[in-house]
Amino acid sequence: MKTKNKSRAVTSSYSSPYFSMQRVGAMIRRYTYLLRSSWSRILDLMYWPAVQMVTWGFLQTYLAHLPQTQTLASRATLAAGTLIGAIMLWDILFRGQLGFSLSFLEEIWSRNIGNLMMSPLRPSELIVSLMAMSLIRLGLGLIPVTLLAIWFFGFNLWSLGLGLVLFFVNLILTSWSIGLITAGLVLRNGLGAENLMWTVMFLILPLACVYYPVSVLPAWLQWIAWCLPPTYVFEGMRALLLEQQLRLDLMAEAFCLNMILFSISIAVFFALMQSARRIGSLLQTGE
Amino acid sequence: MEGALMKQADALPAIEVAALSKHFKSVAAVDDISFSIEQGSITGLLGSNGAGKTTTIGMIMGLILPTSGSVRVLGHDMTRDRHAILARMNFESPYVDMPHRLTVRQNLHVFASLYGMRGIEARIAELASALALEELLDRQSGKLSAGQKTRVALAKALINEPDVLLLDEPTASLDPDTADWIRTHLEDYRHAHQATILLASHNMAEVERLCDRIIMLKKGKIVGDASPAEFLERFGRDTLEDVFLDVARDRERGHAKAFSGEVGTGSPPENAIK
Repeated sequence: MKTKNKSRAVTSSYSSPYFSMQRVGAMIRRYTYLLRSSWSRILDLMYWPAVQMVTWGFLQTYLAHLPQTQTLASRATLAAGTLIGAIMLWDILFRGQLGFSLSFLEEIWSRNIGNLMMSPLRPSELIVSLMAMSLIRLGLGLIPVTLLAIWFFGFNLWSLGLGLVLFFVNLILTSWSIGLITAGLVLRNGLGAENLMWTVMFLILPLACVYYPVSVLPAWLQWIAWCLPPTYVFEGMRALLLEQQLRLDLMAEAFCLNMILFSISIAVFFALMQSARRIGSLLQTGE
Repeated sequence: MEGALMKQADALPAIEVAALSKHFKSVAAVDDISFSIEQGSITGLLGSNGAGKTTTIGMIMGLILPTSGSVRVLGHDMTRDRHAILARMNFESPYVDMPHRLTVRQNLHVFASLYGMRGIEARIAELASALALEELLDRQSGKLSAGQKTRVALAKALINEPDVLLLDEPTASLDPDTADWIRTHLEDYRHAHQATILLASHNMAEVERLCDRIIMLKKGKIVGDASPAEFLERFGRDTLEDVFLDVARDRERGHAKAFSGEVGTGSPPENAIK
């Protein structure tokens, strides 16, 4: 009798050697604990569906409001003409940030950041090396794609000439700024903030008006959109592709905003690093 | 003149810790500790888990900011001026690792460059010979055994021939033979370079063999600071392990009676071994 009771104490009725709901429950509990302890993970769950809905909703609005005098085919051609260009410029922005962030994450994943911070490497030197790696990664990924675009679709990104240079400079500056802030967050909060590195750029996707003009947005949202440097680049790209007009005014405004954003991101990065030193997270990088 | 300056620099303590505290929210991980370590010595930092050893080493390295107090390494304030001295320091800790996909040689090359070394290949060859790493140099760091990784981490810690070396449990997870071998190497390095070594360890045999002096921490406070022989004598014990247990469990024995009473109060250990 005693033996039977003891057996009950260690094995619940939901457990079997082959499949145990208790063990499944334990794992769900484990993931829930993790989710509950990390605001960045919860934010990540919520904003992604919202971004998808908003982006494609505005694109639909843009297509619906193209001049009715045009045929459906010509309206589609008009929109598609800017679409490949938009996707490639978006990739400069996204891959540029990812190139910066991934190089940084490599140090976190391999628990090497403590070694680096203890070496004579200065934070400013780390930042410059991450920027250089962002350019190298971007070149390796994007140059072959631009050649494929010529081959498959006859779209030559390089034909944008000076426009491409100005677009590139502005987009890469934004990508570095975002990369710096997310790197600081990972230093401060550990790998719980890693998801932000992968997805934060998509937060600005609908607002930067990548696939549609700013005029599609409601008036109050346009104010916010014009605060983001990439908005000027994508508007400039549409002006160049659709009206053959290089809008230097837009590029200059984007550059000014980028300088402000970049300065803020450097200040934020150093503040987060200082905070990481205060809470001791430089020696304990983990989830 | 240059000689006089050199002499003055040599007279500086290698590490000077003054009224150092670190609070994580309401927890005092390190609570108002002060000590000074002379150049060319090996000092052991002992204490149970959570005693504050790693936090103290983190503050000495400048990776953790103190709540109050100061740390100076070879005269440089580690909160404000750490980059002036980092090239003369190095460390090894179980909390850090090296990039797994890089080979041992590539990792050592990167760190030698970060420390501004010249003659990098020669230095790597020298360390590989001293630490028996020749066969491992072209293997990926992530594919090494725990003992091999420890030897590589030690090679990284010695790559810049540091004057001040901070080691956090350098022989943890090593078999007795490899651990003994590492200890011998550390002793040789200290004698060859007149280096200062601060060593946090749970291995009492290691501490007894290597250290000229032991600083014992409990709940963030220094509860003992003496040579290994003095600790044994004061506690009336044959091994440091027994001394460690006496301190950890507030056990009273022989001369240490008054001492253990202080530990329990959490007040400054006025009659701790000095």
